[in-house]
Amino acid sequence: MTDTDAAERNHPVTMLVNGVHRSAEIPARRLLSDFLRHDLGLTGTHVGCEHGVCGACTVLVDGRPIRSCLQFAVTLDGAQVTTIEGCTRADGELGSVQQAFQDCHGLQCGFCTPGFVTTITAFLDENPDPTEDEAREAIAGNLCRCTGYQNIVASVLRAAELANGSAGQEST
Amino acid sequence: MKPPGFIYHRPETVEDALGVLADVGPDAKVLAGGQSLVPMMNMRLAAPSHLVDVNRLADLAYVRVGTAADGGREVAVGALARHADVERDEAARAELPLLAQALRYVAHPTIRNRGTTVGSLVHADPSGEMTAVLALLGGSVELRTATASRTVPAGEFFVGPLESCARAGELATRAVFPVPAGRTGSSWHEVARRNGDYAVCGVGALVTLDDVGRVAGARVAYISVGPVPEVLSVADVVEQAPVDAADWVAAGRYAADRLEPESDIHATGEYRRHLAGVLTARALREASARAARLEETILEGSR
Amino acid sequence: MSGTRVFGEPIARREDPRLLSGHGRYVDDIGQGALEVAFVRSPHAHARIAGIDVTDALDVEGLAAIYTHEDLTGRMAEPLPLLIPHAALTHGRTQFALAKDEVNHVGEPIVMVVARDRYVAEDACDRIRVEYEFLPPVVGIEAARAAEHLVHDDVPGNVAAHMVQEVGDAPAAIAAAPNVVTLELEIERSASMPLEGKGVHARWDADDRSLRVYTSTQASTSVRAAIAAKLELAVDRVDVVAPDVGGGFGVKIVHPWPEELLIPWTAIRLGHEVKWTEDRREHFVSSAHERGQVQRIRAGFDDDGRLLGFEIVLWHDNGAYTPYGIIVPIVTTTQLLGPYKPGAYRAEFYSLYTNTLIVTPYRGAGRPQGCFAMERTMDAIAERLGLDRTVVRERNFIQPDEMPYDHGLIFQDGRPLIYDSGDYPAALEKLKKLVGWDEFEEYRAAARAEGRRVGIGMACYVEGTGVGPYEGGFVRVEPDGTVVVATGLTTQGQGHQTVFAQVVAEELGVPIDRVVVTTGDTRRFKYAVGTFASRAAVMSGNAVALAARKVREKALRVAGEALEADPRDLEIVDGMVQVKGTPGADIPLSTVAVLSNPLRYAFDEEAKRATQFSAPADPDKPPVADDDEPGLEGTDYYSPPRSTFANGMHAAIVETDPETAEITILRYCVVHDCGTLINPRIVEGQIHGGVAQGVGGALYERMVYDEAGQLQNASFMDFLMPYATEVPVIETDHLETPSPLNPLGLKGAGEAGVIPGSAVLASAIEDAEGFRISRMPISPSELHHLRESQPPPGSGLRDTGRTGSVPATGGQEATNEEVTGT
Repeated sequence: MTDTDAAERNHPVTMLVNGVHRSAEIPARRLLSDFLRHDLGLTGTHVGCEHGVCGACTVLVDGRPIRSCLQFAVTLDGAQVTTIEGCTRADGELGSVQQAFQDCHGLQCGFCTPGFVTTITAFLDENPDPTEDEAREAIAGNLCRCTGYQNIVASVLRAAELANGSAGQEST
Repeated sequence: MKPPGFIYHRPETVEDALGVLADVGPDAKVLAGGQSLVPMMNMRLAAPSHLVDVNRLADLAYVRVGTAADGGREVAVGALARHADVERDEAARAELPLLAQALRYVAHPTIRNRGTTVGSLVHADPSGEMTAVLALLGGSVELRTATASRTVPAGEFFVGPLESCARAGELATRAVFPVPAGRTGSSWHEVARRNGDYAVCGVGALVTLDDVGRVAGARVAYISVGPVPEVLSVADVVEQAPVDAADWVAAGRYAADRLEPESDIHATGEYRRHLAGVLTARALREASARAARLEETILEGSR
Repeated sequence: MSGTRVFGEPIARREDPRLLSGHGRYVDDIGQGALEVAFVRSPHAHARIAGIDVTDALDVEGLAAIYTHEDLTGRMAEPLPLLIPHAALTHGRTQFALAKDEVNHVGEPIVMVVARDRYVAEDACDRIRVEYEFLPPVVGIEAARAAEHLVHDDVPGNVAAHMVQEVGDAPAAIAAAPNVVTLELEIERSASMPLEGKGVHARWDADDRSLRVYTSTQASTSVRAAIAAKLELAVDRVDVVAPDVGGGFGVKIVHPWPEELLIPWTAIRLGHEVKWTEDRREHFVSSAHERGQVQRIRAGFDDDGRLLGFEIVLWHDNGAYTPYGIIVPIVTTTQLLGPYKPGAYRAEFYSLYTNTLIVTPYRGAGRPQGCFAMERTMDAIAERLGLDRTVVRERNFIQPDEMPYDHGLIFQDGRPLIYDSGDYPAALEKLKKLVGWDEFEEYRAAARAEGRRVGIGMACYVEGTGVGPYEGGFVRVEPDGTVVVATGLTTQGQGHQTVFAQVVAEELGVPIDRVVVTTGDTRRFKYAVGTFASRAAVMSGNAVALAARKVREKALRVAGEALEADPRDLEIVDGMVQVKGTPGADIPLSTVAVLSNPLRYAFDEEAKRATQFSAPADPDKPPVADDDEPGLEGTDYYSPPRSTFANGMHAAIVETDPETAEITILRYCVVHDCGTLINPRIVEGQIHGGVAQGVGGALYERMVYDEAGQLQNASFMDFLMPYATEVPVIETDHLETPSPLNPLGLKGAGEAGVIPGSAVLASAIEDAEGFRISRMPISPSELHHLRESQPPPGSGLRDTGRTGSVPATGGQEATNEEVTGT
């Protein structure tokens, strides 16, 4: 054990968060989840277990979903991070995954939802046209206590539909 | 559940990392993916004074398929290769399907995006799939210090539950997974309480067939049934049997009789042993079928 | 009707855009500048506190304060309130906000640390040394009953409560019955486990001496009262807000939690915002659990399977304290009756102390245990008589023409247990059709031919919902046309901002997007009870409807004056008050709101129309009539005579792996009747969530304590809440039997889905395996051992050691064990 309490050193950290350069001086032990929530005020990322099982805190780092409660923010100095706040469209309207959740009643209390939305966003990037089984598998690392997952699976499929539809619109 | 404080080091090169590790002494931990270490720190079950963050050592972020010194094929995985990198590596999947077969059972994809394969080996969790894969394939781990380097075979690497032979000051720089020679099929079977949970029992199997389709070798390795990954040969039971006549169930029983799993809150030791027998038979049967198909493919390819 | 028709429609939720874009406001999102709290909690199940040494913690940089029980004064130093007293709860005990002298479960708070942030607070906690003198822990119902050791020295036999309810002479009826089954059943502990733990934020305004507390609660008005009482503040100086709450499922109905008092208490002392955010480990060991019961049942029945007498004795593990009284075992013993006529009935329970976490309602609140008891009995009767399981149930149903049906018992609200309505035979028909009950044997044969083992099961429940005493609603039409709605009960994901808006939009005839709903904020509505017992839609739904009707009445009156029309000839459509059948004769509701509030000062164009010189008025009357009030608003309350009873039936088809004993749910079917639906999609979501928790409780979740009282699985790694891959596709069908008890015909739906989970899956697994399942949850390991312990296959259902004697053939049972108390 070390005596770290006295004068814990701060480290400068800079990240591109939802397309914006953000920086702060933080102790090395600050978890990415706390950094986003408390240092940057992005409280949309939720903390459900702090041991990496529930998935509520999932954010995208360089496009890949990771558990922000299992990362020290300092480790990700220089990284690109996308949180739930960054999943909306440029005009502030809901993004396709978010819209799908509203369309399908994919959320109730909304606490786990940000982790699902980020996870599904990355999943659909890789697999834009999933089957129902793939959709279920894709969300199988996130806990929800409200919905029984039925409508979240539906939301994945709906989001794919919305994304594919809007892509089609853009091309015409 | 907030981690205790620590002194943070972020070396930019392997040499720097080894230097830091040499300097800071025994109360230091290497931080790679952190998917096991950080939860333990959040629960204050681990409180290292120094964390040496190796995430900048880009040289170690590789998955390489190549030829080993003995002329065989191997997959070398650098310390910064995430499970997801290994799982998705096309060349590695093609040469050594067992890697991806087992990796899909390692927690959930989000954890695999960050957790490293080498890190999970050093963590030496007896429920960690990759420990058994390394053991089954007879692989090894390379450990380096500022002044020395050693390559430890899997059989010696895992010392006990959550205990590898890596010493203070050593950095595990890579793991090597040899590609089995001959017409070898592989399989991974596991039962977990929930999708992505630690296995109640997990079994990896390798079955090698000879030119006429008889079993030339059959080995299995286990997780969650002992303090370290357990490797058994079931050759005595099935050797020389034609692939479709081999008594895999007997092989399963034979293997299960040699295991002494313990009970925990999820399953009794007795159930685990029973499960090991069942899964062994299933894994061997599937591995043998894959070996047989491999043979056909090779034969078809040669026509 | 008009374009404003939204009641009964599956419209999308209005709270979603905010929650989906990261702009929800949960308690930990509030107060970024607050000091943060961590607790030293007991690592031991039962011990005397011999000393507390905080010296080492004092020099932790960033520390603000450390408190122990010694620092508490006045009413804060006394035990926490016993919220629901009951005559049968002869030995109620509650904890102190910070432990005084003794700890009775792992996780009990002893020392409170306030610091710059949670990291630092935990550092300080690590440095505080508590010296303990160990006392023998009492863990589990068996140890509690044996009473070799006591949890509380002054509670003999560890018995907190003993209660008997009976109708007729059940022992005599059973003795006279031609057939008797005896079952001994067990349900293990589980927990609500919302994804957001508890949390409290307090801000003291020293200038006007007022306190604002945000807490993740299901009962903000009552938390307010409790804080005022314990902190000895005028209630008027305290406001409590339940912000967005990340799930409750019962655990957050308990109050005041120690932290709900300690955080405001320290905020006042320090003159600084203070916040506590419960972490997952704390939630496991210092919130609440539920479910743990051992039950012994004797049922006598005729040769057709009709119940003649039913007797249950149950032992309920209430944990270390009884702050929420004995609601759970009362609910079990009254609701286990389900849709059936039990004949003579006798229910007796012992509520027992153990050195484990407190037991308070978790969604279902004792009903899943009751349903398990009755439905296992129904299956046992069917097996004994060789009858189809649905036939036995049908023969025992209360028939629609017998409604309202009086069971002659007293329900958990202290009111008679009288079912208001329901059509159980119709529900059963729907369920059989949905699951394909009559075709299952063909499926089983086909599966068997493939070497697969499958089984089907079913279970029924009746759920008392919408318990009183009351809820209130407030509705105001603003001059801009916005309709502001408030109710005092709280929201944890049930979509109240949508469903109450649907009710008000419909009643008032306004577009729903003009309606804004606030719940659980004592600044907006002072009188409320809380969100529990599937009561929100029934209670507040009706209350806001009644309030809206008041507003509508006034709007028509005021508009009538303006339009020179009889109010009875007016209607409100899309926010316009109009003369029926006379196009053009209309006035916007917003203008009516303006006209309802005579003004002296004009601050905008709308207001100008209401000033005293612009509106034509009778110079001899006061601008506001004696019997009127300014503004277009109304408050009303709904208070039901008694609960309304929803019902439902579930069926499941499972497959059990003959080798690995893994259990897979192939199909899960639900038929439910919760009266009139305000929003079918939201109701369906409630059912889905409940079923998932039922599946969790049946196959995955349990709280595992060791003999020392240590919770062995206090993490999401080892407490196995199902992921998407563990929850089957849920197929649903509805019946709507409106409740005659309330204006909207509503019954509650919140808990329904979870109730029959263990019963239906035990039934299905039993059917697949051919031996009795008496204990839930069940894991593959346990199923494997049950298989191993079976005698060689013979005829009929085989017993497990857990079950009372059930001969394979009919007739009086051979060994009729005597039921004994503790």
